[in-house]
Amino acid sequence: MSKPVIATASLAGCFGCHMSFLDIDERILDLIDLVEFNKSPIDDIKTFTKPVDVGIIEGGCCNSENVEVLREFRKHCKVLISLGECAIMGGLPAMRNGIPVRECLEEAYFHSPTIDPADPRLMPGDEDLPIILDKVYPLHEIVKIDAYLPGCPPSADLIWKALTSLLEGKPLEIPYSLLKFD
Amino acid sequence: MPKTKPVLTFTIDGKKCRTSPGQTILEAAKANGIYIPSLCYWEGMKPAGACRICTVRVGGRYMAACTQPAAEGMAVENDVPDIQDMRKAIVEMLFVEGNHMCPTCEKSGNCELQALAYRFQMLVPRFPFQFPVREVEPAGTKILLEHNRCVKCLRCVRGVRTRDNKTVFGALKRSKDKKIAVDQALASALPEKQARQAMDRCPVGSILRKEVGFAVPIGKRKYDKKPIGSEIEKAEG
Amino acid sequence: MPSKGLVTAALGRHRHDRARLIDILRDIQAQAGCVSPEAVAEIAAGLGVSTVAVEGVATFYHFFSARPAGTYAVYLNDNIVSVMKGRAAVAAAFEKAVGCKFGETTPDGRIGLHRTSCIGMNDQEPAALINGVVFTSLTPAKARVIVEGMKAGMDPKAMVASFGDGANASKIVRAMVKNNIRKEGPVVLAPFRSGSAIKKAVKLTPEEVIAEVKKSNLLGRGGAGFPTGLKWEFCRREKGEAHYVVCNADEGEPGTFKDRVILTERPHLLFEGMAVAGYAVGAKEGVLYLRAEYAYLLPYLQKVLADLRKKGLLGKKIAGKTGFSFDITIKLGAGAYVCGEESALLQSAQGERGEPRDRPPFPVSSGYRFLPTTVNNVETLCAAARILEKGGAWFKDMGTARSAGTKVLSVSGDCKKPGVYEVPFGLTVRRLLEMAGGTDARAVQVGGPSGCCISRGQFDRAIAFEDLATGGSVIVIGPQRKLFEVIHNFMEFFVEESCGWCVPCRAGNPLLLRKLEKIMSGKGTPSDIADLESWGKTIKAMSRCGLGQTSPNPILTTIQNFRELYESKVDRNRDFKPEFDLAESVKAASEITGQKLAAHDPENPHA
Repeated sequence: MSKPVIATASLAGCFGCHMSFLDIDERILDLIDLVEFNKSPIDDIKTFTKPVDVGIIEGGCCNSENVEVLREFRKHCKVLISLGECAIMGGLPAMRNGIPVRECLEEAYFHSPTIDPADPRLMPGDEDLPIILDKVYPLHEIVKIDAYLPGCPPSADLIWKALTSLLEGKPLEIPYSLLKFD
Repeated sequence: MPKTKPVLTFTIDGKKCRTSPGQTILEAAKANGIYIPSLCYWEGMKPAGACRICTVRVGGRYMAACTQPAAEGMAVENDVPDIQDMRKAIVEMLFVEGNHMCPTCEKSGNCELQALAYRFQMLVPRFPFQFPVREVEPAGTKILLEHNRCVKCLRCVRGVRTRDNKTVFGALKRSKDKKIAVDQALASALPEKQARQAMDRCPVGSILRKEVGFAVPIGKRKYDKKPIGSEIEKAEG
Repeated sequence: MPSKGLVTAALGRHRHDRARLIDILRDIQAQAGCVSPEAVAEIAAGLGVSTVAVEGVATFYHFFSARPAGTYAVYLNDNIVSVMKGRAAVAAAFEKAVGCKFGETTPDGRIGLHRTSCIGMNDQEPAALINGVVFTSLTPAKARVIVEGMKAGMDPKAMVASFGDGANASKIVRAMVKNNIRKEGPVVLAPFRSGSAIKKAVKLTPEEVIAEVKKSNLLGRGGAGFPTGLKWEFCRREKGEAHYVVCNADEGEPGTFKDRVILTERPHLLFEGMAVAGYAVGAKEGVLYLRAEYAYLLPYLQKVLADLRKKGLLGKKIAGKTGFSFDITIKLGAGAYVCGEESALLQSAQGERGEPRDRPPFPVSSGYRFLPTTVNNVETLCAAARILEKGGAWFKDMGTARSAGTKVLSVSGDCKKPGVYEVPFGLTVRRLLEMAGGTDARAVQVGGPSGCCISRGQFDRAIAFEDLATGGSVIVIGPQRKLFEVIHNFMEFFVEESCGWCVPCRAGNPLLLRKLEKIMSGKGTPSDIADLESWGKTIKAMSRCGLGQTSPNPILTTIQNFRELYESKVDRNRDFKPEFDLAESVKAASEITGQKLAAHDPENPHA
């Protein structure tokens, strides 16, 4: 019997949720026995090579590439999990949501401090660069999400509990001490 | 010798409760070891009936437990699935109405809104985030008003007054534009104790005493280990 | 700009009385064109309260503004009937002629264009208020003439070319408003001789008056239908240093205007009803709370009061009865729908923000000035006077077994004869549509936005407390109308008019509106309809006052009665569809960086 396949990605996040994932410590050896990883920064597989059972995404969507990756995950994954505050509600990146895009871009590229007095102060506009969105979106406002694991980051114990419940086909019951938004 | 108060009896979810006339359902429930979730309620302050989280059902009618007096023979429905879900919906409305960035908030772990969300096992609000544009306002020399987090519970409006009985905080505008404001001069003149009180009474991280914050480490904060309301439920044993 | 003198004078005029803060603010707004932060500070100092206390009241009401609203402040009604009757073209004509958009004031501060919700002129829309003067049946051409007049510095009153019928044409009113009385019933709109009710009342004991009203089975005409006699009895029984009669003349439910007509044509009947109520409950003072939109009637109503005093029907020893004195003052609102809710009205009448109170205690025990008060609707008090004149049995004979008497209806929208109809309770909607010339309606909104939207199959339902209870607003929606536009207009109204006190109404209604817009834009799925129903139910159950408890009705009653409309709008084959639209969300950045999306958004190919 083939092992369940997992894929992960970090969109507009800080990789803190992935770090917390690695904090399951020695349990990661059990996990390797139980599952196989596909597209993920953990194994550095860049593209989907087969159908995936569980997709886990950290970070919200702040640009067009995030949206593309998220939709690709939705297409390939049976179950899609929104991991952490940024994925669930935009998180810190969403603090720009009240500021017009023009102000954000001009602040970043025109008005920010620089050590180069000859800095030409250009607005990057290469076609290959992702285009930033009008605001940062939580994942479930773009695709259907099947489960949510809150926290900043969600604790390793919560991630472990969620994965094992899922693999055993049990409903996820989160004990009080593991449900945190910070 | 204390006179024996007249007693009235009523039930909450079938459990017999005793209280004295004039007590609200919420107070009576508390005295009988039953927790009715609430947010805008503050013991000793005139109830406002603003958050509606304490809504209960009596004879098919909905009422706020913080403003409705208990009456003889009343059969109150409290911990029933449909009411609990509507309460959860209100907590979720508050989460999407403002900008509640828990990871950045001084009040996280001690926040009553967050604690209610934990108690109701809110993983994600069912409503779309509104991301309103709100500001952080220095309110006089001692206090900071973080409007992103304000839930308009009116505790500050009701509870903070000067010695000559002027209100220091007040509500402006109406509808979704309603906001809490402060009389700058009066707020600057608040004695230290009252400024602290204003911050402590704010259920969320909206009223902040300047230069104070993150004083209690994670793990030791009010709602880190035990859910809000558990102290009431425990008390009865 | 407000000089110190203005505030000082206003404070003096109103005796530095905190309870008259709204009167003070009205004066400042009228004279200075705004209530500036400086004025707020001066008023606060003058009244000895904090600035936020004053600013809280000033920012609650629609007709107060912090920035100059214009020497000429134009308030154009944006309710759905105004829209049906051509509001868009009128608004465009105003904007073009004035040179600024709605929500703005011209740079010279001369003209401000503002939108407002129903001003009680639904039978003659589009209508606008300019510095309190009513302009009805507007067209783009009329709008241009008005703008010319404003630019020439004319007094708005002088711009009223022709006057309406009845008292509208009287010297003291001089309004272009028409009464449009289509059917006079025997109770409210029939001729009335002053004194014929109160003279009979004072021959009885107060208890006997209450018994007569109870016998008539009169139920409150505001919509809730509480028995009037019982309310008076409760009020009378309460102990307090004074008792009050408060008349609710704040009809704000979009589509209702019958109180306007009653106030214009039968004010003496109303005031006599208040005197009867005063006699019954033991009150010496009555307050008429008049909505700001009807301020044009104030001098006229004051004169009617003066005449009644002269006739001995108000004041001391009324109708010759020793020991019975009663007088009436008029309090003006300042633009807030929620003040039609009786406890919000009382707060407003006391100079506060119009936020409802928690009940209990009810107004009968803690009302105006927190003393025992009976709050009654205009029509209820008129009916009470008539009951004293003609007897409870006479009244009870009309209408249905549960709903005695007549109901004055305000009919507007897609019908040939919009106006006021006084009909016996029990009349079917179909019969009413025949009378009004609106039989081809696809839907009828009974009771305004907070009421019920019924479909053709339900036109045999009756206007009565036991079937279609209504405060009187009937909006006919013709076959050519898009029902979603109507629903959307109503929901926007509730979002705006929520007082903001409680969470479900303040935060919930905007979410309902957003969900409705999702469905309207074709991005809905069946689960979105289920969400509307579930969220609507929560808002109804959890809200603090009647506003929130009925605000989801435009959506809930149309899902019930026009379900196919919603189902035709949603994608039945999908269980998830986002509001999100990639092409739309990169637009802002694209314009700045020049980047383009590589391909069209595959999820939203039509975007």
